[in-house]
Amino acid sequence: MIVLQVAALAGVAVAGGAVALSADPLRQTLVLAVYGMALTMLFFVFQAPDVALSEIVVSSVGLPVMILLALRKVREQRLEREQQAEEEQR
Amino acid sequence: MNRRVRLSLFAVAAAGLSAVLVIGMRGLPAFGDYHGVYGRVINGIGVTARHATDLVTALNFDIRAFDTLGEEFILFGSVLGIALILRELRGEHERLEPHEADEHTFAGASEALQVFGLALVAILLAVGAYIVVHGQLTPGGGFQGGVILATGPLAVFLAGRYLRMRAIAPHSIVELGDAAGAAGYVLVGIGGLVFTGVFLKNFLPFGIPGHLLSAGQMDIASVAVGVEVAGAFLVAWSEFLDQAIVVRARQD
Repeated sequence: MIVLQVAALAGVAVAGGAVALSADPLRQTLVLAVYGMALTMLFFVFQAPDVALSEIVVSSVGLPVMILLALRKVREQRLEREQQAEEEQR
Repeated sequence: MNRRVRLSLFAVAAAGLSAVLVIGMRGLPAFGDYHGVYGRVINGIGVTARHATDLVTALNFDIRAFDTLGEEFILFGSVLGIALILRELRGEHERLEPHEADEHTFAGASEALQVFGLALVAILLAVGAYIVVHGQLTPGGGFQGGVILATGPLAVFLAGRYLRMRAIAPHSIVELGDAAGAAGYVLVGIGGLVFTGVFLKNFLPFGIPGHLLSAGQMDIASVAVGVEVAGAFLVAWSEFLDQAIVVRARQD
């Protein structure tokens, strides 16, 4: 049991560091989902299955969908602005 | 302040913080070494007095059901905010009529992904419904099951059928679900007020522990929360999807 707990804690530490060190927001979102899985394992190992279930649904689906769609919107607006700038230059 | 100064400042602060954390955590009780009274009381009455085998659900939907009411309306209010903010912007831009692009294809959705996505819909809905109605028996409940229910229509989107998703889960229906679920939870509470004189006090028969219809109001409250959460997440996702996809489709 102790081994599992230490492994789960180490997994959270590594995944959390990976989230903070990812520079690209798109990659960061996916690493964040992995971090959510690490947290889910942590809660499960520490005998909190209700919290683990909440964590898995929020971190693997709820949050990434919103962030990914927002990123897409931001990228699109930037492309639009670049196009406009190009047209004005001509 | 250059990078070196900042890093050395960080090193000092990090060393101080970790020293304080290590000292503080040495005083923590070991995992599983619990001496509180509240947990023991809940463990004692959960199965005997409330006939629920999952004590977290017993807490959420009966013993401290009023807290859940507040949490439910936090979600309701935040989704309302998302809908309000994104809708305003959409009115300025959206020109695509659903019939103009008869089937928006999700770029890169292979046939395997489409088949898998559509097969996933039924599985997700079944698991979501299972988690919602078994809240008082096994881990899970309205919130967790509600999000899983909401991912059913989302799998249709992943299969590359965004407009089909809008057809399966139209705004009017998911908004109605969100509101009806929130109202349903309050109605359970008012039922307690009417029949027992106390808001959110259980007024239904407790049944046999371990049976599907047991633990009194917990099952109904869990279903209400499940419908509300599924509606809330679908409203939020649809607003984001509309922003990301319908507006883009206008430019093509």
